[in-house]
Amino acid sequence: MKTDSKPHSAVAATRTEISMMNFYAVLAIYKFEMARMRRTLLQSIVTPVLTTSLYFIVFGAAIGSRIQEVGGVGYGAFIVPGLIMLSLLTNSISNASFGIYFPKFSGTIYEVMSAPVSTLEVVLGYVGAAATKAIILGMIILLTAAFFIDLHIAHPIIMLLFIVLTALSFSLFGFILGIWADNFEKLSIVPALIITPLVFLGGSFYSTDMLPPLWQSISLMNPVLYLVSGLRWSFYEISEVNVWVSLGGVSVFLLVCLGAVYAIFRTGYRLRP
Amino acid sequence: MMIETPLAGSTILSIDQLGKVYAGGFEALKSVSLDIKSGEIIALLGPNGAGKTTLISIVCGLVQPSSGRVLVAGHDITTDYRVTRSLIGLVPQELTTDSFETVWNTVSFSRGLFGKAPDPAHIEKVLRSLSLWEKKDNMLRTLSGGMKRRVLIAKALSHEPQILFLDEPTAGVDVSLRKDMWAVVNELRDSGVTIILTTHYIEEAEEIADRIGVINHGELILVEEKRALMAQLGKKVLELDLFDAIEEVPPALQAFNLDLAANGLRLSYTFETLESGANAISALLDALKEEGIAFKDLHTSQSSLEEIFVDLVNQPKTTSTDAQGVAP
Repeated sequence: MKTDSKPHSAVAATRTEISMMNFYAVLAIYKFEMARMRRTLLQSIVTPVLTTSLYFIVFGAAIGSRIQEVGGVGYGAFIVPGLIMLSLLTNSISNASFGIYFPKFSGTIYEVMSAPVSTLEVVLGYVGAAATKAIILGMIILLTAAFFIDLHIAHPIIMLLFIVLTALSFSLFGFILGIWADNFEKLSIVPALIITPLVFLGGSFYSTDMLPPLWQSISLMNPVLYLVSGLRWSFYEISEVNVWVSLGGVSVFLLVCLGAVYAIFRTGYRLRP
Repeated sequence: MMIETPLAGSTILSIDQLGKVYAGGFEALKSVSLDIKSGEIIALLGPNGAGKTTLISIVCGLVQPSSGRVLVAGHDITTDYRVTRSLIGLVPQELTTDSFETVWNTVSFSRGLFGKAPDPAHIEKVLRSLSLWEKKDNMLRTLSGGMKRRVLIAKALSHEPQILFLDEPTAGVDVSLRKDMWAVVNELRDSGVTIILTTHYIEEAEEIADRIGVINHGELILVEEKRALMAQLGKKVLELDLFDAIEEVPPALQAFNLDLAANGLRLSYTFETLESGANAISALLDALKEEGIAFKDLHTSQSSLEEIFVDLVNQPKTTSTDAQGVAP
């Protein structure tokens, strides 16, 4: 260890500049989280491409060839919005929950909690990165689908709006989950026992018209139905519920999650004893 | 906004009646008050669970205080957290690192997190000063425990803090690295950084601290200049090796409470302070001469900070009023 030099002369500065918004912190957290994705590039990209291809082979080609058109759309094309939504929900939640849970588990969270960062900056960094990753994966699935079917997107802007809002709100939900979870089991229990069933029962692979009337009514209580329906409308202009109701629903969910995160940081719940 | 750092010697950290009761009801801190001057090194000593880490954690923003107030450079840690945390660097007790990051990336991440623009030249300076430059592209999981400890110090210095908290910085570190770290701490002090460290190693506090604070059961028992503390509380022992063995201490010397050892060939005299001891030694030597007891050698030894510390923490608990009276 060199002790003959004066390596820290800069620390003697008597004036420190404090910005109103810590953009460097947002960027640091965002880049750190995105680097995690780059390190697992094979797992992050090849896995969803393979899974989507399998869905198309099994549901689109093998089973889909025996199913008539749904709402005037071929079955292979019909399931594309559902597959994208499945990927968006599961990846947003897992990216964001793991992103904040792991520093808590390993103890490195101390640095973020002792840094001059506001709730908004922490959320922008972690949730922004998780949502970005989920959106990238959604786009990869869309591109993969284009290899199997003739894709038609009627309202690309609405599609993007749905994808971005869904990725953001469920990344926020995942972030809350990661703060709440105090073991790995809790981290995986919500996606496995709640989200996946809701997605599969939310009309991802079928139209609720195919269900008996009672189950059609019950399905309307599934929030994921509104997401899948809204995204499907942006593709083919067919939906189970009004597209604006879907957009309004996901926006309200986003605001509720933002409120919950604000309350968590204000009270220090599970972060600051 | 530009923040002026207090000049050397003025108060940079002011802790006022700080208390912490955790959710389970455990009272970790009991109305602790302490002022720390800019540019000084203060060591907080105390047994496990005494409240040292809780105190540091509150100042750094990791734990919420239950009562009291903390000001850093005159700014409140709760309402002006953005200012106070920008001025503070923390080296935690646990070796917590992101295993799959490189040294360079993790230190650069810390700088950004604390709101500073990228400055590769500064990061390089910090890494070189901690002998980490050769390891800058290594993943953290490949580093030894000592190296990881250096990385944590580098992370804490990455944003050029004015106050550095070192929570047990040399726990589990070998003697050589410990001395290297002391050298780094001294360099930092020379460049104007205020350093607050907690330690179990009394030798560490004795070696580098200007002031010593002793915490026990959540109370600040004492804060004192290191030299003054040793002078006030340190015991000195004068040992005299006699030419001829004696069977017992003569009655004329009873007032000195001497101990007779080494088969009557050694007399030990314990005295409390340097000042009173100096007079007492003259009196003792005169009395020995009058009794005709000759000695061939003498030497003195002073009690270490460790002995002082053990004495302090083993004393019955002081009242908070007493503690307030000792702490500045």
